[in-house]
Amino acid sequence: MSTFHPRRRRGLAVVGAFAAATLVLGACTNGSSGNDDTSSAISKSNTDNDKSGDKVVIGFSAPAADHGWMGSITKSAIAQAKQYDDVDLKVAEGTNDVNLQISQVETFINDKVDAIVLLPFDGAAMTSVARKAMDAGIVVINVDREFDSPFAARSTVLGDNYGMGVSAGTFVCDDAKGAKDKTVAEIAGIDSLPLTQDRSRGFADALKKCGLKVNNRVAAEFTVESGEKAASNLLQAAPKIDYLWNHDDDQGVGVLAAIKNANRDEFVMIGGAGSADVMESIKAGDSVLKATVVYPSTQAADGVKLARLLVQGKSMSDLAEIEVPRQLKLAAPIVTKDNVDTYLPSAFKS
Amino acid sequence: MSAPSVQDPSMQVPTPTRGDRGGSLGLARNLGLVIALVVLCAVGVITAGDRFASTDNVLTILRLAAVIGVISIGMTFVITGGGIDLSVGAIVALSSVWATTTGTQAMANDIGWIVMVFSAVLVGTACGAINGVLIAYGKVVPFIATLAMLASARGLAEIIADRKTQIIRNQGFSDFFGSEPFGIPVIVIMFAVVAAAGWFLLNRTTFGRRTFAVGGNPEAARLAGIKVQRHTVYLYALLGTTCGIAAVMLMSRTTTGSSTHGTLYELDAIAAVVIGGTLLSGGRGTVVGTLFGVLIFTTLTNVFTLNNLSTSAQAVAKGVIIVIAVLLQQRIADRKT
Repeated sequence: MSTFHPRRRRGLAVVGAFAAATLVLGACTNGSSGNDDTSSAISKSNTDNDKSGDKVVIGFSAPAADHGWMGSITKSAIAQAKQYDDVDLKVAEGTNDVNLQISQVETFINDKVDAIVLLPFDGAAMTSVARKAMDAGIVVINVDREFDSPFAARSTVLGDNYGMGVSAGTFVCDDAKGAKDKTVAEIAGIDSLPLTQDRSRGFADALKKCGLKVNNRVAAEFTVESGEKAASNLLQAAPKIDYLWNHDDDQGVGVLAAIKNANRDEFVMIGGAGSADVMESIKAGDSVLKATVVYPSTQAADGVKLARLLVQGKSMSDLAEIEVPRQLKLAAPIVTKDNVDTYLPSAFKS
Repeated sequence: MSAPSVQDPSMQVPTPTRGDRGGSLGLARNLGLVIALVVLCAVGVITAGDRFASTDNVLTILRLAAVIGVISIGMTFVITGGGIDLSVGAIVALSSVWATTTGTQAMANDIGWIVMVFSAVLVGTACGAINGVLIAYGKVVPFIATLAMLASARGLAEIIADRKTQIIRNQGFSDFFGSEPFGIPVIVIMFAVVAAAGWFLLNRTTFGRRTFAVGGNPEAARLAGIKVQRHTVYLYALLGTTCGIAAVMLMSRTTTGSSTHGTLYELDAIAAVVIGGTLLSGGRGTVVGTLFGVLIFTTLTNVFTLNNLSTSAQAVAKGVIIVIAVLLQQRIADRKT
C-alpha cells in the first residue's frame, strides 16, 4: 500500500494544480467579458454637453443584482460614469434591505455628494431619506420605482410598463391580421406589483382594439423557477395557444424550458424587458420567440447623465426648454427580427 | 431564588459566575472583538479620514446598527437559553404591517401615535410567545417551529398588506421618531436603552441566571426547581418584543410598513450573536459581545460604502471577519481556562 502513496499524492497535486489553473483562468475570462457587457450601448451625448465641466460627485444605490436586468442597471451606470472624466461615481452595495439602503443614502448626505442616483428597493420606504437629501441641497434622481412624494426627487427616470403591454398587444393584433379566433395567453410577473398590473392593463387594452382578449393568464415571480412552474401549468390548461406574452425575459428562461419539455411550438411567443439571449434567439429565428418588448436597463445610466447635467447647470441640448425635465418616461418598443440589430447592443445579459 | 450551580462534568462549557461577566463589562473576554472593531475603525480613519470620524457618520452607523442590534440582543437571550429563532425577520415584517394598516393608523390618529408602537410591540411579543409555546410545550424543535413562523408570519404580512407598501401618514409618529434630543436620534437612544436593559436582565437578575442554567443543562435546571418550559416561553416572547421594537424603528426610518421589511435579518442577528461569543449550543452568552458583533458588521458596511468598494468584496470580508473573530475568541477563551 505504502508504495502507492507518493504516486497518488503526486497525482492529486497535478489534479489540484490543474483545478487551480482552471479556476484562475475562468475567473479572468469572466472578468474581461463582464466589462464588455454594456460598454457598446453606453456612450456620450456627442453634443457640447460632453465638454468637461466642474467635478460632479454622484452617489449611486440600487437593489441587489439578483436579476439580470437589475445587474445590468448597476453595470450600465458605472460604464456611463466612466465615459466622463468629470464624474466621480460612488457605488454603494446593492441591497434589498431598506434599512441598509437608507444608511447608504445617509452616508452620501454626510459625504456632501453633489447628486444621488437612486433606484429604491421600495419607493415609498426610501422617500423620507431622499427628501432629507434634497433638503440638504443634493440633486436626487429617482430611477424606475417612484417615490411617493414629488419633493423627494429633482427628476425621475421611468420605464413604461403600460406601454410594454400596449406594444406587445399591438404586435399580436398586427400579426393576427384581423382574425378574431386566436387564443392569447399571458404569463405575468408578480401580480400584486403595480408594474405588473400596468403591463397587463396595457396588453388587454391593445388587444381589445382588434377584438382579441387574454384567454389564459397565469402569474409568475420574475424568477426562472417560477417561470417554469407557471408556464407548465399554463400549457396544461391551454392545449392550443396562438400567442403567448411573457412579461419578463429572466423568468422567460424558465418559460422556454417548460415549452421545450411540453414539446409545444404552435404559437408565437413575445418576451418582455429585452434580454440579450432573447434577442439573439429572435435574430436566429430558431424558437417560438418572435419578439420582445424593451424595458430599458440603461435607466440608471440616464440617471447619471441627468445628474451630471443638473449639477453642472446644463440643459438637454435637443430640447428648447432650459431646465432638465422633471420626469422622463422611456419608450417600450417592440423588437422583432427586422429591428433586433438596433436594440441588441443595449440588451442586458440575464 | 439563587442560581443553581449546575456543573455537569461532561460539559465543556463552564457555567459562568457573576464575577466573570460583571465588573469590566467583560472587556477582557471580548478582547478579540475589541481588536477587530479597533482595526476596522483604524482602517476607516486611514482610508476615509474625517468622513469616517465625523459625528454625522458615527450616528449613521448607529442608526443602521439600531434595528438589527435590538433584535440581536433578544436573540442573545434565546441562544443563551439553548434555542434559535429563524423567524425574527418575518416577525418584524408582520409587526410593521400590522401597525400601519389603515385601521391602526385611523386609531392612531384618534388616540395618538403610541397606538402604532403598542400594536407593533404586541404583535411581535405574541408571535414570539407562539414560538415559545410550540417549542416548550409542543416539543417542536426550535429550528422547525421558528421556520414555520418565518413562513406564516411573512405570508400573513403579505395578506394583510396585499403585498403593497403601507405609508405612515401620522405626523405625530414621524415627528417624534424624527426628532434628535441632544443631537442623538430617537432610535439610537432606544437602542442604547434596550442594550442596557438587556445587559442588566442577563447579568444582574434571577431571570438572567435562569437563562444560563436552562441553556447550559435544561434537565439540571429542572431538577434545581426552574420551570424550564415557562422560562423558554418567556425567552421567545422577549425576542418577539425586541422584534416589535425593531419594527417600530424600521417604520420610523422608512415611514412605511411592508411585508418585505426585515428580510434575512435572522442571519444578521445570529451572526452578530455568535461572533459576539454566545455559544450556539446555549449556556453562555454576552450582551456586550453581541453589541460588538453588531457594531463590527455595521462599521464594516460603512467603511466599504465610504470607500466605494465593490459589492462582492464586502460579502467576502464579512465571511473572513466571522471566521477570524470566532478563532480569536476561541484562542483567548482557551488561554484563560
